[in-house]
Amino acid sequence: MINKNLVIIGGGPAGLAAAKSAYDSGERDIVILERESVLGGVLNQCIHNGFGLHTFKEELTGPEYASRYIQEVQKRGIEYKLDTTVLNVSDKKIVTAVNEKDGLLKYKAKAVILACGCRERPRGGINVAGSRCAGIFSAGTAQKLINIDGYMPGKEVVILGSGDIGLIMARRMTFEGAKVKAVVELMPYSSGLNRNIVQCIKDFNIPLLFSHTIVDIKGEGRVSSVVIAKVDENLQPIMSTAQEIKCDTILLSIGLLPENELAKSASVQLSPVTGGAIVDENMMTSVDGIFECGNVLHVHDLVDFVSMESEDAGRSAVEYINRKSKPKRDYVEIKCSGGVRYVVPQYLSKSDKLDKLQLKMRVNNVYKDTRLVVLAGDEEIYSKKKQIVTPGEMESVILNKEMIEKAQKSDKLEVMLKGE
Amino acid sequence: MKKIIVIGGGVTGCSIARELVRYDTEVTVLERFNDVSSGTTKANSGIVHAGFDAKPGTLKAKFNMLGNAMFEKLSKELDFPFKRNGAFVLCFDKEDLPRLRELYDRGIKNGVEDMFLLTPEEVWDIEPNITHDIAGALYAKTSGIVSPYEMAIAYAENAAVNGCNFELEKKVVDIQKEGEGWKVICEDGSSYYGDMVINCAGVHADEINNLVCDKKLTIIPRKGEYMLYDKTCSFITSTTIFQMPSKMGKGILVAPTTHGNIITGPTAKDVQDKEDLDTTFEGLNEVYDKARKSVPSLNKKFVITQFSGIRAHCTEDDFVIGESDKKGFYNVAGIESPGLTSAPAIAVYVAEDIADKLDLKKKKGFVAKRKAIPHFAILPDREREKLIKENPLYGKVICRCEVVTEGEIVDAINRPIGAKTVDGVKRRTRAGMGRCQSGFCLERVMEILARELGVDFETIAKNESGKYIVYRKEK
Ligand SMILES: Cc1cc2nc3c(=O)[nH]c(=O)nc-3n(C[C@H](O)[C@H](O)[C@H](O)COP(=O)(O)OP(=O)(O)OC[C@H]3O[C@@H](n4cnc5c(N)ncnc54)[C@H](O)[C@@H]3O)c2cc1C
Ligand SMILES: Cc1cc2nc3c(=O)[nH]c(=O)nc-3n(C[C@H](O)[C@H](O)[C@H](O)COP(=O)(O)OP(=O)(O)OC[C@H]3O[C@@H](n4cnc5c(N)ncnc54)[C@H](O)[C@@H]3O)c2cc1C
Repeated sequence: MINKNLVIIGGGPAGLAAAKSAYDSGERDIVILERESVLGGVLNQCIHNGFGLHTFKEELTGPEYASRYIQEVQKRGIEYKLDTTVLNVSDKKIVTAVNEKDGLLKYKAKAVILACGCRERPRGGINVAGSRCAGIFSAGTAQKLINIDGYMPGKEVVILGSGDIGLIMARRMTFEGAKVKAVVELMPYSSGLNRNIVQCIKDFNIPLLFSHTIVDIKGEGRVSSVVIAKVDENLQPIMSTAQEIKCDTILLSIGLLPENELAKSASVQLSPVTGGAIVDENMMTSVDGIFECGNVLHVHDLVDFVSMESEDAGRSAVEYINRKSKPKRDYVEIKCSGGVRYVVPQYLSKSDKLDKLQLKMRVNNVYKDTRLVVLAGDEEIYSKKKQIVTPGEMESVILNKEMIEKAQKSDKLEVMLKGE
Repeated sequence: MKKIIVIGGGVTGCSIARELVRYDTEVTVLERFNDVSSGTTKANSGIVHAGFDAKPGTLKAKFNMLGNAMFEKLSKELDFPFKRNGAFVLCFDKEDLPRLRELYDRGIKNGVEDMFLLTPEEVWDIEPNITHDIAGALYAKTSGIVSPYEMAIAYAENAAVNGCNFELEKKVVDIQKEGEGWKVICEDGSSYYGDMVINCAGVHADEINNLVCDKKLTIIPRKGEYMLYDKTCSFITSTTIFQMPSKMGKGILVAPTTHGNIITGPTAKDVQDKEDLDTTFEGLNEVYDKARKSVPSLNKKFVITQFSGIRAHCTEDDFVIGESDKKGFYNVAGIESPGLTSAPAIAVYVAEDIADKLDLKKKKGFVAKRKAIPHFAILPDREREKLIKENPLYGKVICRCEVVTEGEIVDAINRPIGAKTVDGVKRRTRAGMGRCQSGFCLERVMEILARELGVDFETIAKNESGKYIVYRKEK
C-alpha cells in the first residue's frame, strides 16, 4: 500500500488542470494515473482547431491545447503513471490500479479526484434495428481510427446524431475523400455547437435532416444501406416517409455518457440527469475527500470550461487534505426549473466564504428571447437576456460575493428560464 | 483408421466431436464460417431447461432431462460458465392456472425434480421485481443458465487438443458416395472422405440431408430477437422468468446471463432467409413490451445491445437423431430448443452409437479437462498478481468496460482454434461486450489480432472474412 495525499484518476485536460492547481496550492504528494500511453485524454484525437479561445485567447488544436497543460505538469515535476488502469476506488479512498510494470498498485489516498472523462453511447443504447454487420462505428472511434491510426472507416457515410463529434467527423470524412450522404438527427434541433453546424455541415453542403431517425440498417457482412424516416412529435418514426440511402458506413454521434464506474465503486451518489456525481461548490462528491471534474462530472462542449472547473477541484482537494476537521455538510440546494435541465454544482455550503461561484447548466429545449434568471429566496439576484439558448451549448452564470451571501442567507437558490 | 466427418461447428457438432475423440478414430469438423459457434449457438437464450416443456416421450424430453443433469460436472471439466439459478413460469390469469398445473404434471411425467407451484406471495419473496399482476407461478429449481458460445468453444478446444481436426471456412456443397463411405465436397473445391458423415448443420441440416437421403427434411427458419441490458440491471432478477404460453402467443423471458447482464426475448417469427439475423423495429418493440409484462421496472435506457438467432424448426417437430436411410450418413437435425441443454447428452449418445456401428475402441491418453482463458476481471487480487508476474500482458487492460487484459486476448488468439476476428475475440474474452460495445477497444483488439496473426490491420474483419472494418487511408 502506497500512501499518497492526492491521487488523480485520468490524465486528460481535467486531470492535468487539477494536478497543476493542486501543486500551485502547495501540495507536492500527487500522482496522476492514466490508462493510455500518453497524457492529454480525448484531446489527442481532436486535431481540429477551436480549443483554448477562452483560456489562451487563441485557437489551438486539441493536441496543442493538451501539450500546454502537459508541459505545466512536467515543469512542476508532478508524478504520473501511464498505461495504468484504475480498477477500483473504495469509499475509504483506497485506489487499486494495474499496469504491466508494477502489477497491482494500491494507494491509500487522503483525497481522490476523479477525472475519467466520458464515453460514447453505443448503438444498443437507442435500439436501432437492422443488420449487425461491420461498418457501424461510434463517431469518436472513427475519429481515432482516422486521426491516430491512419485508417478510413468507410467511403460512403451516414451519420446518426448531430452531436459535436458527429459534426466534426462529417467534415473530417469529407476532407479524407469520403462522401457524407446525410446527418440524421432525431430532435428538431442539434445537440452540437452552432459553430460546428456552420463550419462542418453547411459549409460543405451536407444534408442535415432534423426530426429523422434510422429505422433499418441493411447489409450482409458490411453495411450496404440505411433506411431513414421522419419522426412524429412523440419521436416515433412515420414509416410512410421511409427512404433508403446507400452507404457502407454509419457513424453514431448519439450522446456522451460520463464514465462513473469508479464513482460507483466508491459509493458516490450520482445525478440521474447528468450521469455524473452530485457535487458541492468545491466539486466534492457525497463521499468526503472524493472530487470530480471535467466530462466525468457532466459533459462539456468546451475544454476551457473543463480546465477551469478542474482547477477549482484541484485547489479544493488541497484545502480538504489540509483540513483539521471533517467538512460540515450544511448546504443550500441549488435547484433548477423552467427549462433548465440541470445545474452543476448541486449544493452550496451555507458557511463558506466565497468570492465567486460559477453555475454551469444546460437547457432542455431550444428557447428564443428568454431570460436566464437566478433566484435567492424570492429575489432575482441575476438576470440575463438570451436571444437563444439550446441544449447543445452549456450556459454559465458567475455569482459574486454579495449574491452568494444572499443565497446562503435565504437558504434557497434556483436557476430558471423566464420567457418574456 | 476409420474416418468421421462432422458437418457444422455449433454446439451439436463440437460436442459430438469431443465425445468421438475418446475413440480410436480420425474426426474432422467442417464449418463454413471462420470460427466455431458462429451459427445458432452464438445467439440464443442460454437456458439449461429443467424439462417441463417438452412433450413426454419425445427425444426432446429424453435428451433435455439427461443433458440437464450433466452440466455441473461438465462445466467444471471443460471450464465454462454455468449456474443453476432456477426458473419461474408466470401465470398472469386465474383462468390459466389449470394450464400451469398441466405444465407441472408434464414436468413430473418427464422426471423433473424440485418443481413447485407457488402463490404470488411466494414468488415475490424470491424475486420482488416480478409484476404484481400474476395469479401464480411454476418454480423449477433445476433450471440453469450457461454461456452457449463459451460452452461450444470449450468443447471444440478440448476436441482439438485430443486430435480432432477443425477445418474452418469449409462450406459443404455436395456429398457423393465413395467406396464404403462418402466424399464430402466443399465450395472451395476441397473434399474429405468419411466412413461416417454426421450432419450437424443447424438451420441448414435439411439441405445437407437432402443431398444424400431419400427421406427429405424441411427446416423452417424461425427468428428470435433479443435485447440485452447493462450489468447495473442485474439486481432485477437472479432467477429465469418465463411467461406461460397463452392465446397471446409464446411468451418472452427475462433472465440473468452467466456474466451478470439481463437478457430478454426471444420473439418467434418464421422468416424466408436462414441467414437473416437482422433485428426489426417491430420485433424489438415486442420484446420490450412483453418483457415489461413480467418485470415492469425494466428500462430501455439500460439496453446495451440487440441481436437475433434462428431456430432450426424441423417439420418432424422433434429432434431427428440417428443413421439415415443411407448407411454411414447420420443426422443430428432439427436441433432447436432445448438443443443447447440436450447437447451434452446427445453427444454421448451419438458417439456411443457410432462407435458401435463402426466398431471403434476407446483410445488411451484422452484428456478430459480443459482450462479456460483466465478472466482477470473476476480473479482475486492475489491471483491477478501471480498472472501478471508470469506474463505482464495481464497487467494491460484493453477493454475497459469488461476489464479484459491484453494477456487474455493474446491467449484467445493463440489457443487451439483461436480467434481470428473481432467477434471471435469477443466471444472468448468479452472484450467489446460491455456497455460501450467496443467503442474504445475495437481498434486495439484489431491491432493485437493483426500483430499476433501476422497480417495487416485493414484485413481484420468483424466476423465474416473479407468484410473489412477499415480501409487504408489514401495519401
Ligand atoms: C470529439 C470531441 C471534440 C471536441 N471538440 C472540442 C472543441 O472543438 N473545442 C473545445 O473547446 N472542446 C472540445 N471538446 C471538449 C473537450 O475536449 C472535452 O470536454 C475535454 O477533453 C474533457 O476532458 P476530460 O479530462 O474530462 O476527459 P478526457 O479528455 O476524456 O480525459 C479523461 C482521461 O481519463 C482517463 N481515464 C479514465 N478512466 C480511467 C481509469 N479507470 N484509469 C486510468 N485512467 C482513466 C482516460 O484515459 C482519459 O485520458 C471535444 C470533445 C470531443 C470528445
Ligand atoms: C431464439 C433461440 C433461443 C434458444 N434458446 C435455447 C435455450 O434457452 N436453451 C436451449 O437448450 N436451447 C435453446 N435454443 C436452441 C439452441 O440454441 C440450439 O439447439 C443449438 O444452438 C443448436 O446448435 P447446433 O450446433 O445444432 O446449430 P448451430 O449452432 O447453428 O451450428 C450449425 C453449424 O453448421 C454450420 N453449417 C451449416 N451449413 C453448413 C455447410 N453447408 N457446411 C459447413 N458448415 C455448415 C453453420 O455455420 C453452424 O456453425 C434456442 C435457439 C434459438 C434460435
